[in-house]
Amino acid sequence: MPTIIKALQSQVGRKLMTGITGIALMLFLVVHLAGNYAIFASAEAFNIYTKTLESLGILLYMAEAGLLFFVLYHSFLGISIWLGKRKARSAGYEVYKSRGGVSRQNLASRSMILSGLTILIFLVVHIWSFKFGETEMIMSADGEPMRDLRQLVIDSFTTWYIALGYVVVLSLITLHLFHGAWSAFTSLGVTNKNNTQAFKFGAYIFTIVLMLGFIFIPVYIFATGGMGSLIAY
Amino acid sequence: MSTNMTIHLRYWRQTSPTARGYFENRTISTVNEHMSFLEMLDVLNEELQLDGAEPLEFDYDCREGICGSCNLVINGQAHGPKKGTACCQLHMRNYSDGDHITIEPPRASAFPVIKDLVVDRSAFDRIIEAGGYVSVKTGSAQEANAIPIQKNDADQAFDYAACIGCGACVAACPNASASLFTSAKISHLSHLPQGNVERSNRVVAMVEQMQEEGFGDCSNFGECEAVCPKEISIAAIADTRRDYVRAVIQG
Repeated sequence: MPTIIKALQSQVGRKLMTGITGIALMLFLVVHLAGNYAIFASAEAFNIYTKTLESLGILLYMAEAGLLFFVLYHSFLGISIWLGKRKARSAGYEVYKSRGGVSRQNLASRSMILSGLTILIFLVVHIWSFKFGETEMIMSADGEPMRDLRQLVIDSFTTWYIALGYVVVLSLITLHLFHGAWSAFTSLGVTNKNNTQAFKFGAYIFTIVLMLGFIFIPVYIFATGGMGSLIAY
Repeated sequence: MSTNMTIHLRYWRQTSPTARGYFENRTISTVNEHMSFLEMLDVLNEELQLDGAEPLEFDYDCREGICGSCNLVINGQAHGPKKGTACCQLHMRNYSDGDHITIEPPRASAFPVIKDLVVDRSAFDRIIEAGGYVSVKTGSAQEANAIPIQKNDADQAFDYAACIGCGACVAACPNASASLFTSAKISHLSHLPQGNVERSNRVVAMVEQMQEEGFGDCSNFGECEAVCPKEISIAAIADTRRDYVRAVIQG
């Protein structure tokens, strides 16, 4: 039997890890979205949420290291699969057409590398601007100093090009998940002839609900100029 | 009564594995709707020979869709436009007068062109050699009903055993992956008690060989299932993944 390292390098192992890291990142998105909605909870909720996260110290670093590992491993596999496909078909077709029917070849599945790379670049910008973004220090009701990340979010999304940029990238993540969310479960071998349709349907619903949740925030803040009634002051 | 159709063909020409290939165009006007796609190519070859030109080489054997020899890529689709149909069973009634048809060999680095539309598919043979068999004591055959097999398992094994190894899955896969072929060959044996014994070694060895032959990774495009003349489901690939994990965990 192969060693674990060899198994991970096999085409099955690569596929499994793409699926596992993908599912882990989808779960992270769910948590991320739940956190985002703190902005609508109360005037202080979002800043207290971020402050609590930062106060986790070592635990937060471990979670961040884990996420970084998942992102890098997932990206590495994706890029390597894309490079491998050029090697596996050195001479291409003059005419190529999908047969349709049960084929899942579509805009989403064909553009995984492009949407994926865009998301990777976006992540750098996103973390740079929000995690390490410049914020004012304000006092909470308890007299504790905290970063006013909430204001940073509102200021950012009332800027038209930032709001637009986020909507575009979030749409690309939606596209990525239209293939990825279903595909991850097939990669883990949990789908079969009878449940494939159910998994596909579930994956679409999950993606649409999750991503509309994300897209709502920049759209709402921009549309209301940051003064919307949902945002508590 | 059928009338003659005129078909404009564009096909791949390559004199040897190392030669530079090119497309050749030729129009034939004596095609009738009852011809199979390969019979249409026979007509083309007759005309080529009458002109003193080299006939176009293409693979075929049974011409009844059960041997897996033919594997043309027709207008960008492996075996052409019809679901569950090998190109030898594709009839010209699916085309109309004046159609343009481009014919290419299956494109994959693991399937090098031998001549024109004929490619070397011995990579598939080597995947089978790696583990696509059962080791049994020879002797007189056992009575078929001596080993009870669940109907579900028997049906599934039979579905996968329908694979004729034509290579359409590889031809159509955007990644040129051989996952469907390899998985069908793994699963049709592993579901049966005779094949279950060597299950772990088989899945590991065949997956390894598939990678060694230079086929690409699977991206779950499902195009392989769509073009498969035997309509084998990509559930076979999911099956292989489960099998592989089981083999690695059990050691």
